Amino acid sequence: MTVAAGRDDGISGLLRSSARSLTERWVELTAAPLRGRVSRAELERELGELFEAFLAAVETGSRDVDDEAYAEVRALLSELSRRRARAGFTPTETATGVFSLKRAVFEVIEGDEGAGIAELVTVSQLLDALGLWTFEAYAKAREEVIDEQAAQLLELTTPVVKLWDGVLAVPLVGTLDSGRTQVVMEKLLESLVNTGAEHAIIDITGVLAVDTQVAQYLLKTATAARLMGAECTISGIRPHIAQTIVELGIEFGDITTKASLADALLHALRRSGVDVVRGRTGR
Amino acid sequence: MERIPILKIGDVLLVSIQIDLQDRDVLALQEDLSEQICDTGARGVVIDISAVDIVDSFIGRMFATIASTSRLFDATTVVVGMRPAVAITLVELGLTLGNVRTALNLEKGLAILRQIGGTRSDVLGRADDDQPVDR
Repeated sequence: MTVAAGRDDGISGLLRSSARSLTERWVELTAAPLRGRVSRAELERELGELFEAFLAAVETGSRDVDDEAYAEVRALLSELSRRRARAGFTPTETATGVFSLKRAVFEVIEGDEGAGIAELVTVSQLLDALGLWTFEAYAKAREEVIDEQAAQLLELTTPVVKLWDGVLAVPLVGTLDSGRTQVVMEKLLESLVNTGAEHAIIDITGVLAVDTQVAQYLLKTATAARLMGAECTISGIRPHIAQTIVELGIEFGDITTKASLADALLHALRRSGVDVVRGRTGR
Repeated sequence: MERIPILKIGDVLLVSIQIDLQDRDVLALQEDLSEQICDTGARGVVIDISAVDIVDSFIGRMFATIASTSRLFDATTVVVGMRPAVAITLVELGLTLGNVRTALNLEKGLAILRQIGGTRSDVLGRADDDQPVDR
């Protein structure tokens, strides 16, 4: 039953001869824990391709998954893990894809008297290495997803809005870190140049914590705005943030700070010569 | 070495920097400018740096020096059109230019000078016209 050719230790022959039953069993074993989230036809196609590539690699005689011979297997596995990671499958569900082939192969070897312990160990080692590869690819894909989301968040949460003619505001929400504060700083200064606005308000009502570095960035933004010929006001400092700022010994110097965005807007309007007066109908 | 042109508009001197400044250009500009202010009796100096992308601490200090010098001739210095990157660099260098007035663009810079100069000449005008009548 086993065909010995060159360095062949009988594995390729074993795999080749029972290719059909192996893939079928593999698909079956993989499909079970996925509970129908991947269609059987799709699974058959994916695993069929993978099995073909794996078989071709094993037939070259190479037993090292980092070898050139396994390039296609690795590419297919990365692609598969990436798809699983993006679709929200767990690491176990993804890795099972590889490890269930091991089970299928073991079942075949069990029923085959010609195959021995040596084949068992080699197949086991190969598939373990490929399983690890899958997991690495999965983790990498997840990290990419996280990075993308972080970048999106950065863009989403820092809009520069126009409150009045010549008055811009940046309402900051959430946790401020140096990266985000720097984006705010650059966006705000760019908008000042583009719109020719002379007043900018940074509203930090939605900010839960400020550390020394963030406060430093806010100060730098205000100073840079002043250098460019605009005035920058910081508004909406929460009571406990105010206490933190004082405890940290941060001096805001000649930069205007206001309790609320409304106060800051009024201040900006007065500075630009607009008078706000209640109409007669108002109370 | 290129000399940076200093243009006179009314009682305002306009310096528009369009090249990457070398240290000696800066020194030459400071020299030329103080001579010009003295000669023309200008009341205001506008330095347009909207074309400047890169600054170092030497150039940063130039603004402060020019402002202090022109104050001795009773002229106000306004730096206009500073780009965000330049502003950030100066802040990072710790140069906050406390004694220099700034404006977003040339138009607004001239408006600031008109505001200051306007009130001044108004007072002078009243002193010339009204007071003889009073006495």
